[in-house]
Amino acid sequence: MSYLVSIVERLGGNHYVLDEEQSHIQVDQEVIAATGTGRVLVRICPAHVYSEGADGQILVADAGCLECGTCLALMPAGTLRWHYPRGGFGVSFRQG
Amino acid sequence: MEDEAFDAIVVGGGVAGCVTAYQLAQAGHSVALIERGAEPGAKNLSGGVFYCRIMEEVFPDFVNRAPVERRITRNCISMLNGSSFVNLDYWDARLAEPVNAVSVLRAKLDAWLAEQCEAAGVAVLPGVRVDALLRDGDQVTGVRADEDDLAGRIVILADGVNSFLAQEAGIRAKEPARHLAVGIKSVISIPSSKLEERFQLAPGEGAAYAVVGDCTRGVAGGGFLYTNGESVSAGVVLRLDDLEASGFAASEIHDHFLGHPMVSRMLEGGSLLEYGSHLTIEAGPQMVTHDLTRPGLMIVGDAAGFTLNTGFTIRGMDLAAGSGIAAARAAHAALVESDFSQAAMDRYRTELAATFVGRDMRTYAKAPSFFESPALYRDAGLLAADVLHGIFDLDTTPRTRLTAVFRRAVARSRLGWGSLASLMITAVRSL
Repeated sequence: MSYLVSIVERLGGNHYVLDEEQSHIQVDQEVIAATGTGRVLVRICPAHVYSEGADGQILVADAGCLECGTCLALMPAGTLRWHYPRGGFGVSFRQG
Repeated sequence: MEDEAFDAIVVGGGVAGCVTAYQLAQAGHSVALIERGAEPGAKNLSGGVFYCRIMEEVFPDFVNRAPVERRITRNCISMLNGSSFVNLDYWDARLAEPVNAVSVLRAKLDAWLAEQCEAAGVAVLPGVRVDALLRDGDQVTGVRADEDDLAGRIVILADGVNSFLAQEAGIRAKEPARHLAVGIKSVISIPSSKLEERFQLAPGEGAAYAVVGDCTRGVAGGGFLYTNGESVSAGVVLRLDDLEASGFAASEIHDHFLGHPMVSRMLEGGSLLEYGSHLTIEAGPQMVTHDLTRPGLMIVGDAAGFTLNTGFTIRGMDLAAGSGIAAARAAHAALVESDFSQAAMDRYRTELAATFVGRDMRTYAKAPSFFESPALYRDAGLLAADVLHGIFDLDTTPRTRLTAVFRRAVARSRLGWGSLASLMITAVRSL
């Protein structure tokens, strides 16, 4: 099934306007470690923006974000700062 | 300052925002439509079936002029299990005459809506993210974007499900996870001739599948398949609290649905055009119980929570349009009378109550409680398939009458009589 390629390849087919200066996502590693919510964060994101590094740190590939807000809605307060990218930046749907 | 102010500033160029802005401009008011996407439509994503009859009131001949994909004449309500697929398959020529619903791709539709706004005199400002509301005491007086202030006599928030601005205005709090669901969608390219053959469609006609069952691996929500002009929109909608509890990755459930043998046959040979996700509201009727206004401020569309899942129709865009029409009426009256007080803004609720939007939100106020039943997402589909299997599987044993087949299937089902009865009663009471 050629439409079920890896998530990286799927996102590669989308259009994005990358913001080289600002990231729209900041995670608080300490709060995530203390609350044990890292695994949830990794699972729930449809774009696999979050992954767990070898040292248990959460890595954020914000460039692939689809801007749905699932992470913000599910994560406890203090774990994550998430806002829409600056105007004109981020995902740019051609289909929608 | 007075002269520099727009009569209305609309934040967000989706269906609700464009309808509101267009109508206010048509009524002769100066309107700014601010959109954070580089182009209008770039941030917008729906399933998307649009019950679009309401659009004829705003844009006459909408279905022929707007870039819609297909006219939906075939609706399938489906229960998909691991190795069975039960469908209520309803095709009706009357659904095309007049057109009742169309499939749409929002990047195309919303770009067209914004063009109509521009032609009507709206100042369309894309690529601008509104960061805050401007206030004079309690009165909302404009918006701030990129350190620039823009004054408006009325501000209308149409900034979608995540509406940061509605939260800032103190209208919405953080929504409980069980009120929200994430939609994950692949748009898969399939030539129109093949698509029409595969889905039994006349040229221009479309099919819409709403699917519950194993397709979401027991997570509350469902799958969908909508035919576009030359593609299929296929994906899942997953209630957030259940997704979190399930232990599954969101993308894994999407892939499970699209990879199901009965689904993959519909998508065979297709190539991926776009992979997207967007939050949606599961409990619209609960959500819209919050305020919809502040002095100088109204809130429309998804930002306000106007969505409905009635079990058969999954609606958002028509309610967005309807709420936009009501808000534009209230805003027009306020502008004519130069009265932007709380009482003037509350006319919006009165206008809403008089339309199908307010009425339908009340009619289906209890619908979300039906979808809370976990049986829907596994056992109900299996039971339906077991009853049908009992009917069709002529294994040379003597046949029993239908009631006996049904009784045996229920006895074997994990659902049981009690849960089945409660599911039926909830359905009757809420749908």
